[in-house]
Amino acid sequence: MKYIIYFIIGFGLWLLLTLSTNLDHIIAGIIVVFLGTILFGGYFTDKPQKFLQPHRLFWLIIYIPVFIWYMIKANLDVAYRTLHPQRPLKPGIVKIKTILKSDTAKVFLANSITLTPGTMTVDIDGDYLYIHWIYVQDTDIDAASKIIARPFERFLRRIFD
Amino acid sequence: MISPVGWIIIWIGILFNLLGTVGLVRFPDIYNRLQTSTKCVTLGSFGLMIGIFLLHGFSQTGIKALICGAFLLLTNPVGAHALMKGSLHYGIKLWKESIVDRYGTEKLGGEQIEEKS
Repeated sequence: MKYIIYFIIGFGLWLLLTLSTNLDHIIAGIIVVFLGTILFGGYFTDKPQKFLQPHRLFWLIIYIPVFIWYMIKANLDVAYRTLHPQRPLKPGIVKIKTILKSDTAKVFLANSITLTPGTMTVDIDGDYLYIHWIYVQDTDIDAASKIIARPFERFLRRIFD
Repeated sequence: MISPVGWIIIWIGILFNLLGTVGLVRFPDIYNRLQTSTKCVTLGSFGLMIGIFLLHGFSQTGIKALICGAFLLLTNPVGAHALMKGSLHYGIKLWKESIVDRYGTEKLGGEQIEEKS
């Protein structure tokens, strides 16, 4: 079942990329997407129908502008540290605990943390994430989790868990 | 109306790409450099793609640019995680003024921070 959905999504992407109904393109697309499905379909999520539930899509649409806002803030923060004459840096690697359960949600949390102010995921180990922080405010697990992960977990828990 | 907005977003993207490159020169060690290059270059290139989409609309080029932007957002952080974890395991040390290294103490047997000279 998940292989079929993977194939449909892949073929849809191929059609969007080529945007032509030429028979050559469609045959090439079927061959390429079929190979991709055999090789990588096993990594696809086990319950694809979960992503079609309306309340998940609703929270996803809310999440995108929030995420872009955090990204712009992150860039202004990095620009400030780059151009400041004294380089205000206090880097370190801290550990945080996440409340998210599913693997997809953890991957999205890690990517969101990487693209937002001063933090970058190094490794995931079960419920714990190791974060490289460009200006460490707190080395305690709970306090650091509150600062780094909470703003995203509120959304990601509703979207993916 | 759309065209000037597209050009403004493209120039903002180029500006952030430039800042990322400056950060690459100014920051002290590989981990801080990865931070600037990942964040600034991702938003910079994403801005370029959105600008191209606004200039071309729903044509072949525009839709390709939009899909490229989405892939950039998904794949760029993953590449950065891999580089960072790889350099930690290879044994490159953190900058000498780093204050804490939880990953080193728990996984690599000791803090991986340069000695202060």
